[in-house]
Amino acid sequence: MKMNRLCLVALAAMFAAAPAVAADETLTIGFTVSQTGSLNNDSVAQMRGFELWRDEVNANGGINAGGARYKVTFVSYDDESQNMRVQQLYTRIIVQDKAQFLFSPYSSGLVATAAIISEQYGKIMLTTSSAEQKTYKLGNKNLFQVYSPADQYLAGALLALKERDARAKIAFVYKDDPFSKAVAQATRDLAKADEMLLALDESYSPATTDFGPIINKVISAQATALLGGGHYADGATIARQLHDQKAGLKWVTLLVAPDTPKFAELDDAAVGISVPSQWEPQVTYKPDFGPTAAAFTKRFNARFGIEPGYHAAGGYAAGLLLQHAIEQAGSIDPVKVVDVLNQVDVTTMFGRTRFSTNATEHGLQLGHQMVLAQWQKKNGALVKEVIWPNEAKTADILY
Amino acid sequence: MIGIAASVADGVLVGAVYGLAAMGLTLIWGVMNVINLAHGAIIVFGMFGLYFLAAALGVPAYAAIPGVIVLGFVAGVALYWIAVHRVIGQAELMSLLSTFAVNMVLIGLGTALFSTSPYNIPVSLPGLTWEGYTFTGTHIVAATIAAAIAGLLYLLLHRTRVGKAIRAVAGNRGAAELCGIPTRRVLAMAFGLGVALAAVSGTLIATLFPFTILSGEAYQLKSFVVTVLGGLGNPAGALLGGIALGLVEGLMTPFMPVSWTSVVEFALFVIVLIGYPRGIFAFSRS
Repeated sequence: MKMNRLCLVALAAMFAAAPAVAADETLTIGFTVSQTGSLNNDSVAQMRGFELWRDEVNANGGINAGGARYKVTFVSYDDESQNMRVQQLYTRIIVQDKAQFLFSPYSSGLVATAAIISEQYGKIMLTTSSAEQKTYKLGNKNLFQVYSPADQYLAGALLALKERDARAKIAFVYKDDPFSKAVAQATRDLAKADEMLLALDESYSPATTDFGPIINKVISAQATALLGGGHYADGATIARQLHDQKAGLKWVTLLVAPDTPKFAELDDAAVGISVPSQWEPQVTYKPDFGPTAAAFTKRFNARFGIEPGYHAAGGYAAGLLLQHAIEQAGSIDPVKVVDVLNQVDVTTMFGRTRFSTNATEHGLQLGHQMVLAQWQKKNGALVKEVIWPNEAKTADILY
Repeated sequence: MIGIAASVADGVLVGAVYGLAAMGLTLIWGVMNVINLAHGAIIVFGMFGLYFLAAALGVPAYAAIPGVIVLGFVAGVALYWIAVHRVIGQAELMSLLSTFAVNMVLIGLGTALFSTSPYNIPVSLPGLTWEGYTFTGTHIVAATIAAAIAGLLYLLLHRTRVGKAIRAVAGNRGAAELCGIPTRRVLAMAFGLGVALAAVSGTLIATLFPFTILSGEAYQLKSFVVTVLGGLGNPAGALLGGIALGLVEGLMTPFMPVSWTSVVEFALFVIVLIGYPRGIFAFSRS
């Protein structure tokens, strides 16, 4: 009897002394990152955007959903820039790691693979870095595209070029991969519709290391403008070789590569190169929630020591949008969150976001607008200026 | 017509560098019957060697080449004793697996240290402009250095005792042993030489294009094609094979999409293997 009382007292003391049970629950978001492989550079930038958002939301007590607070945790793996790994890892993330929501990997090709898995399991996935439209036209219900689609990428460059010289002879030189080909197809159609002259239209293998032969073809075609590229490695090489071979083009717009701060290492070869950009630090959107672009840029710089490009900004925006949807739904129930996302028409530091609810292209981004940025020399230093559209520009076009 | 001539000339210049890259592979293959699957990784380490000598130590790009040759030779000798020495004379699969493992270790280490981010060494030299086409100074210098190194290699193999020993071991290791040649040491030196050639070709490529830790694979594949064109164990043939490959690339490009380049290259590879198994430029061995 005495022993029983002693035990009861000890038990009561334990409960009295124990800290109050944490009210936070955990929300797990899964994704893959190309820590290795050819997509490493841009994929890691995207991941940093995710991480900054996660750390900020947790520092503020987590996501508030219907009175419950959810601490955000990530489960992520290295997809090695390979489709096969994406397929394996997203299955693992969903089935074994039990992630409740998903972010996409980097690049249209990998996202197309991840989307098949996420749709199979009915998981909501916010896609960043996936511009190819085809992924959203396969009857999905839970995909949401943060980026502007591929047909928007070079539309601005074409318009800006047409304003400068409607008779410009354009060389399309683009990487043979899903994203670049989707952009090229859409741009080709736009150029034809605008009756612009196509001097050359050629794709190159992703394994191409020497662009000298293609540049000689551009010179032979007497092109005055070049549009295309693919991702960082090939875009940087094209820019360098165009400069070395004195191709004499008045206008060069390359996809992706020139948007990375590392592009400035090309020095003189970078001058005048323009890039369609999902976002630039100078944009002045007035957000409905979350930080401004300037505040995000400052925080990102403080955390990672470099200025963010649009890959990082897109990652951060994906987190903001998911958080907003959960908080508006008041729940982490995917059905309720999807309902909110379907009705979203908001502005964040990334720009306007509105998703298509048409069953044939569900989740396609309708609201976001791209800008065109160009590397220019200011006081001897290379800076990236926004040159188009006129209402967003920070400098005149270098032509 | 001018465009075609420009394309061919450019192809020949780059082809000389391909030839230098292949020389290391063919030397090792010819001397010790080892297919070095770490060849691409070594080319990349040559690239990074130049990057750090030029960027970190401020050494002018071309002045760093002798340093890379010496480092490459030492690394090659070390690699020989660590990974290759015990598999020589064993089943061919053993040497393939061994060098493949070295490749994976080097790429893994490189990725951990440098990630797969691109690197660029800005080298600017005046080029030659002709009818609107520019042959960059870097291409011309790289081709010249490649030809010079090929010449030096020829002199080493045919005019020095070391070279004679290497050729003797390549011809008949047993007989060479009987003649008192320390064959293990000679094999180590030959491997070191092969690695040095791969590394220096990496430095020259790095003066032409940006690169990543994964860039070696494309050049390794070209090296295989060039080695087959030039004949196994034939460094002079490798240089000619590289130039021939560059010539073919230069001739093709004006007439067909560049994405067909690798299709034609590997079709050529198969045709040469079938029709000229000793290589188009194989010389008879004396």
